[in-house]
Amino acid sequence: MKKLIHNPFLLIGGCISGVMTALILVGYVWTPYSATAMEGSKFDSPSLVHLLGTDSYGRDIFSRVLSGAGTSFWIALCVVAIGCAAGILIGSLCGYYGGPADLILTRVCDSITAFPSILLALVIVSVVGGGAVNVVIALGILFIPSFARIVRGEFTRCRDLNYIRSARLMGVSDARIMFCHILPNTLPVLLPAITIGFNNAILSEASMSFLGLGIQPPNASLGSMLSDSQIYLKSAPWYAMSVGGTMVLLILGFSLLSEGLQRQARQN
Amino acid sequence: MKYILKKGFTLIITLFIVSLLAFLAFQVIPGDPTTKLLGTEATEEAKAELRAELGFDQPVPVRYWNWLTDFLRGDMGESYSYHMPVREMLGEKLVITFLLTLVSFAFTILLSIPLGILAGSIRIRWLDSLITALDQVVMSIPPFFIGIVACFVFGITLRWFVPGNFISYTEDWGACLGYLILPALSIAIPRIAMTVKMLRGAIHRELEQDYVRTARSRGAGRGDVLRRHVFKNALLPVITFLAVSAAEIMTGTIIIEQVFTIPGVGQLLLASISNRDFPVVQAIVVILAAWIVLVNFAADLLYQLVDPRIRLR
Repeated sequence: MKKLIHNPFLLIGGCISGVMTALILVGYVWTPYSATAMEGSKFDSPSLVHLLGTDSYGRDIFSRVLSGAGTSFWIALCVVAIGCAAGILIGSLCGYYGGPADLILTRVCDSITAFPSILLALVIVSVVGGGAVNVVIALGILFIPSFARIVRGEFTRCRDLNYIRSARLMGVSDARIMFCHILPNTLPVLLPAITIGFNNAILSEASMSFLGLGIQPPNASLGSMLSDSQIYLKSAPWYAMSVGGTMVLLILGFSLLSEGLQRQARQN
Repeated sequence: MKYILKKGFTLIITLFIVSLLAFLAFQVIPGDPTTKLLGTEATEEAKAELRAELGFDQPVPVRYWNWLTDFLRGDMGESYSYHMPVREMLGEKLVITFLLTLVSFAFTILLSIPLGILAGSIRIRWLDSLITALDQVVMSIPPFFIGIVACFVFGITLRWFVPGNFISYTEDWGACLGYLILPALSIAIPRIAMTVKMLRGAIHRELEQDYVRTARSRGAGRGDVLRRHVFKNALLPVITFLAVSAAEIMTGTIIIEQVFTIPGVGQLLLASISNRDFPVVQAIVVILAAWIVLVNFAADLLYQLVDPRIRLR
């Protein structure tokens, strides 16, 4: 608790991302109105009946934002899960064993990270086609190098430390050393990387969907909704503002959280 | 000199690999491009003839070589959808996108370095915290949302410009640049916030170094130490970061062009992706990738120019 007060980033970031996550989780099971029902009148401005107003079909924007954010959240989670799992596997093997395979993989990872992930995702999607699944796979693969790099760095740092040497002398298997002894020690570095990765995933998915290459209608994510709302910017500015605002809050929460985690790690 | 040669050699190899990958990526596409060009009812002979004409009957390495040499001569093939040379389609759009990138990059450098130095030298605790917090918020706003807000505020409310309109540089240079300011700022603002955060962090790290204490103990003033020693060292990591920014800004234009309906490369790229017009997509991807590789090369050279320590390695 004392630590939290001394680390406002962690505190505020945790609050914002906690509230956003809770809202999104609630949105999976319950929304004030159905996200697809065209019940209200068109372009109602925000009121107590419709918290964020209604859109061009009379759908409740608050409910739509909740479900759209849910889609974005879910996609980002999948992307980070793929990137992180594969990144840990590649990074730990490279970092622990080294050798020529490590050199080559590190080079490949460096080259991939030199290019903005959106550009590479665009190339992949233009070859295999758009849609949620393809975007998740494309972004997931593109997120591997950043995780692999971090994990590799930590593993090369740890592999010659005394406690690992002793473990090896005691005859502990390589797999056990890597995943039971070294991996937990990478957490202070890995956790901020995961939160940053989550942010990047939200942003990348939003960009792809904004360009019409991600989530396909009738499904909606924050990105595709923002692109819809732009058409009605004149008649219903609250639509774009609530979708964009949600995106900013989501990203802000997790970026503060990651900053807080980094500071925490530096202090220890 | 040896360093430049070595880097130049790596540059050529990298460009070669990039072009090879960009070429191969579009070879694995399922479906026959001749069906797309001639329609599903074309005869087998007509298809075979077209395949021969496009060179699809040759082995992949030969096709790659032909494509690469044509590309270097400026012949980027022909669009499937519009049946005109890709080069003609790109011409004006490429200039517009480069202008946008350039203006945005200029904003990033001109605003982020002074702001970062300012943020790094502030000693008032609450002001520093306020700046850090503000910076973190600005960093979290996606460029396309900044663009939409700018359209709403300056386009719809203040009526400074008409959203959706654009004047090309071929008609009026001044007006064209005017139309590029808001899109350029939309891309630049989050990048500026990131650079400021980085520069502030670098200055704070440098201030803890021994040489700062030594200089202060010899009686040098704080401002003097900052100006003469700290800023020089703190700016070094920023150079690499600005190179990354130049690449990010270039791809950022793809999205911002959609927000402000600017007829640049990004719009053409997206239209070509949905039309499955691969020669166009391929050409744009290669140009963007080459730009990114070149920017990184330039940053490497600049880095060793500014930091003599690297030359000794």
